[in-house]
Amino acid sequence: MLRASLRHALGEFRLECELEAAPGSTLVLVGESGSGKTTVLRLLAGLLRPQAGQIRVGAETWCDMADGSWLPPEARPVGYLSQDYALFPHLPVLDNVGFGLVASGVGRREARRRAGAALERLGLGDFAGRRPAELSGGQQQRVALARALILEPALLLLDEPLSALDLETRHAVRTELRRTLRALPCVTVFVTHSPLEAMLFGDRITVLDRGRVAQSGDAPALLRRPRTRYVATLLGLNLLPGRVRHRGPGEEVALETPRGLVTVLAAEAGEELFLVVSPDQVTLSREPPGASARNVFPGVVEEILPEPPHGERVRVVLGPAPSFVAEVTAEAAARLGLSVGQPAYASFKATSVAAYA
Amino acid sequence: MPNQPRPAWRELAGQVAMFGLAALLALLVALPVVALLFRVPPATLMAQLGSSGVREALRLSLLTSVAATAVSVLLGLPMAHLLATREFPGKRALEVLMDLPMVIPPTVAGFALLMAFGRAGLLGGTLSAFGITLPFTTAGVVVAQVFMAVPFFVGAARAGFAAVDPRFLDAAATLRAGEMHTFWRVRLPLALPSLVAGVGMAWARALGEFGATITFAGNLAGTTRTVPLDVYLLLHEDLAAAATLSLLLIIMAAVLLAAMRQAGLGLFAPPRAPRFAPPRAR
Repeated sequence: MLRASLRHALGEFRLECELEAAPGSTLVLVGESGSGKTTVLRLLAGLLRPQAGQIRVGAETWCDMADGSWLPPEARPVGYLSQDYALFPHLPVLDNVGFGLVASGVGRREARRRAGAALERLGLGDFAGRRPAELSGGQQQRVALARALILEPALLLLDEPLSALDLETRHAVRTELRRTLRALPCVTVFVTHSPLEAMLFGDRITVLDRGRVAQSGDAPALLRRPRTRYVATLLGLNLLPGRVRHRGPGEEVALETPRGLVTVLAAEAGEELFLVVSPDQVTLSREPPGASARNVFPGVVEEILPEPPHGERVRVVLGPAPSFVAEVTAEAAARLGLSVGQPAYASFKATSVAAYA
Repeated sequence: MPNQPRPAWRELAGQVAMFGLAALLALLVALPVVALLFRVPPATLMAQLGSSGVREALRLSLLTSVAATAVSVLLGLPMAHLLATREFPGKRALEVLMDLPMVIPPTVAGFALLMAFGRAGLLGGTLSAFGITLPFTTAGVVVAQVFMAVPFFVGAARAGFAAVDPRFLDAAATLRAGEMHTFWRVRLPLALPSLVAGVGMAWARALGEFGATITFAGNLAGTTRTVPLDVYLLLHEDLAAAATLSLLLIIMAAVLLAAMRQAGLGLFAPPRAPRFAPPRAR
């Protein structure tokens, strides 16, 4: 189990966050670069000393700035993988894996034996005598993981473990890493900027935005109910804050949003609601749509982005801020003759809106 | 006139000046070396090598310069590590102090050493109470050489230690390695090229040391008369012998420089491609 509350300021940047993870689970920290993800990892590892806060792992307290207690990194049962793995370039793979054992007082011969066995288990026995530079990115990642796990850490910290890999190997390594992490008894904190990796790895996902926790929850909760514009953007959803104007007739509720009035069905109780519209539920037109469409946002095309994998669908971003995104087929966009700077209308049905408190 | 080419004659004049001045400098350095070669026919060189005075000076020079280099490494490593890794009050002053021997005239350094460790010096009484005498002894030669050479090692080692990629140090720390373990197993091996360069420079400086040695340790045959001192003495007595010794020193220095270049080391060698590349630059 991990429980941490951390406060740290680095120049202009302020970090203030609470983290929690169940025993054996994986907590994903997701956010853009500069959101403080790596800083959180460094604080947990002990490579940085927080200005305030505490870190508890299992029954142990690693850090409690209230009474000034703080364990240096070498005294923490922690495993830490930096983005490019930082395998020691001057040591063969075998001694890289055994490094932590030797540092913690295990004899050199015994360390080599155990490191060799660990490499055999990974199917990397043939590479024991090689230098890290002779290994592929995926192999380096496995060696770095073995080097950390051989010490049986209580907390494993992974900083963008897949980002140094090229696209082809990333997929295979990702599958293997998921299997490895699921079998681990320790808590893993996994940092990424990729929402996809967050969904794949996170038993729990904490979204960091400029040093603050924007939202925390499991993957379905985040997908269904993003609570900040940042989370929604990360997930590729349209999020609008709404204030209830009037309810009825029936289940209909009309809300005032920054982009105009929106009518929804089956809204939860409350005066202030979040409205989420999936971009694929949005229709685009050059002329104002007919009266049948309840929700219409006029706007100006700001960007047209092809969607992976094949660009058969495009994301059309409508300004002005807060921007609103529609996802249509490339063919439809071409038929409409959409281009940047043109006026356009986004419309969507009342039933396409999820409204929640 | 932003897009107009410079007039051709100005370009030409610049080229001529560049090559001319470079050639002048090359000549300035090369000519004295060549002159020495003219002075010493190979036969004389071999004959001089057999002379006992020359061999005595060579033996003493090698002995003292190697000892001085060893002492510089032993004393310099901890200092370089501290300067590279810690912040503390007075660090600036310490840095200036460490660089000082590089810029003060060697004779002044020798005089200062005499004032500190000479018979009438600050520590002279204390030292002689322990039966230690430095001035006019071989040990004194080593002290003078260490004084003049150690800044070169400390400077290079410090730069090497500071340049070790912090990612490796972080990795070591999270793998249970304390500062000392990290020093021996990570920082030192990764800084090895700089350390070797520092050893080379310190040794060359110790080998060539003249002013501080002659002031502090005197010029006693077999005890303190190293090669540079002998060269100076022989100038007035035996030009061929002086030229032989000079040539030997130059050859040793040139071989050292070439070897360091070959290994991609050296104070002013152009930076080489990093030997250890991370898996992919981001």
